[in-house]
Amino acid sequence: MSVIQVQRKPLSLAERTYIPQILSGMKTTMKHIVAKPVTVNYPEERPEIPPGYRGVPTLVRDPHGREKCVSCQLCEFVCPPKAIRITPGEIPADSPNAHVEKGPKEFEINMLRCIYCGLCQEVCPEEAIWLQNVYSSSGYTRAEMVNNKQKLYELGGTLPDTHLKWDKKKAAAEKH
Amino acid sequence: MIDFYFSLPDIVRYIIQGIAVICFLFPVGAACSMAERKVAAWAQDRPGPNRARPWLLARIPIIGPILGYFGIFNLMADGGKLLFREDITPGHVNKFYFVMAPIVAMTPALSTIVFVPFGAYLDSAGQILPVMLANVDIGILGVFALASLSVYSLILAGWASNSKYPFLGAIRASAQLISYELSMTLAVVPVLLWINAPGTTGSLSLVRVVEFQSQPGFWGGMWFVFIMPVSAFIFLITIFAETNRQPFDMPESEADLVGGYHTEYGSYKWSLFFVAEYCQMIVGSGIFILLFLGGWNPLPWIPLADLVNWLHDLLHWQWLLHPIFVGLLSIGIFVTKVLIFIFIFMWVRWTLPRFRYDQVMRIGWQRLLPLSIANLVVYIIAIALLQK
Ligand code: SF4
Ligand code: SF4
Repeated sequence: MSVIQVQRKPLSLAERTYIPQILSGMKTTMKHIVAKPVTVNYPEERPEIPPGYRGVPTLVRDPHGREKCVSCQLCEFVCPPKAIRITPGEIPADSPNAHVEKGPKEFEINMLRCIYCGLCQEVCPEEAIWLQNVYSSSGYTRAEMVNNKQKLYELGGTLPDTHLKWDKKKAAAEKH
Repeated sequence: MIDFYFSLPDIVRYIIQGIAVICFLFPVGAACSMAERKVAAWAQDRPGPNRARPWLLARIPIIGPILGYFGIFNLMADGGKLLFREDITPGHVNKFYFVMAPIVAMTPALSTIVFVPFGAYLDSAGQILPVMLANVDIGILGVFALASLSVYSLILAGWASNSKYPFLGAIRASAQLISYELSMTLAVVPVLLWINAPGTTGSLSLVRVVEFQSQPGFWGGMWFVFIMPVSAFIFLITIFAETNRQPFDMPESEADLVGGYHTEYGSYKWSLFFVAEYCQMIVGSGIFILLFLGGWNPLPWIPLADLVNWLHDLLHWQWLLHPIFVGLLSIGIFVTKVLIFIFIFMWVRWTLPRFRYDQVMRIGWQRLLPLSIANLVVYIIAIALLQK
């Protein structure tokens, strides 16, 4: 009983005339003709972006408006298509961020290479890089498609963050 | 104005009327292509072409956005594009027939309208007079004779293109159109037998068919679709086949023949084929409506004359009985029916896949032809018994 022979039923007379099938098909089409379109008139109407959407990767600031990225370069290493290029820099001693050792001097993401995989966001220890809801990027030249640090912060804005890890570290360091 | 028009020599009047009808038919045929795209879009849950909004025209309040929404400006842009695009004639074609084919396609498509009455008015004696280009006795026979010429355009196009796909398309076209023409003609014969009762002068005019469906009484006001449903059904299917509409678009079938008979065509010549197809659809559905759906009568058992008289009794406006109003009303009713029919053509197209070639042949020869012959025999006997 390993093989079950399925009997092919011969078509009934009604089926051989095609008519019931045609009519039921036309009923389905009519339902769609009167239904609301599922597409949107794109540039005027924008689709609703669900939370967790993986759009263009951006850099974000913490609630105090400080730079979160510590230029550890993990994202640069993990990025499969090598879209990220980071130039690390030192933070001057008089900066309010001085307790953080490093910060990016320049941070470039080449959107012609990025595959929106989200690995950079996943790997970042500082939660500084986020794929957010920006989904359409365009430019006339290749150079325009490389987002530099300033652009990345413009796109990223500030995200709520309750850990404030570096504040705690700083407080702990000051206690000792 | 009207007196001046009727004082013109006949030939001038006929030319004016003919041009007027073509000036209506051609743009409507072209507009059908946009309607097709819109219906396709709606059937696929899209809004469809609605982008083209020329800055001045689209500013007109209310009308502008509506025209834009229905893609009228897209249609104009398409027309302009097809008109001014480079018209490439491939080097390997037979130039003479290649150019001739679209013309041959347009000619029967536009000339069959001559025999189609598209409205009626009442003269002072209350007699119904048809609005048509040539009220001749051969009526439906003339339509069939001219319409069957359209197969030549497909064959010429396919053959003159001198390449494989168009040639296969042309062969399919010739086989398909000729097969279905037989059933089409046989399906109409009972109607004509019925209206040519013994003792009346014989006529194949479509006007007579409509008059027959606008008589008083239960049987008199009955549309032929109720008396002869099988004939109507066969005729409907054969119109689909004759106009190469889905599910019968064998000659074109872009999936397996690229574009069939018009693969090698481009720009304006190509669009002529399309306008011709839509004109054929318009005329074909017009004839179906005249034969089986009461022509310009608004509803079964309510003839045009009754409607007008009833409106007049209700409102007492004298102009309701004016021939021009009645004529426009009847044309309006007829055109509405035709447009509904065109919509059905499109609705079917976006529902059904294409038949296989062998299925087309089997349906034509093994199903429709015997059915139409049996239908004819049954009605011949019935009519002989009824009209003794
Ligand atoms: S989303 Fe993926 S590809 Fe794009 S920058 Fe991040 S790691 Fe690289
Ligand atoms: S974005 Fe995150 S992972 Fe990338 S360098 Fe900055 S801190 Fe490191």
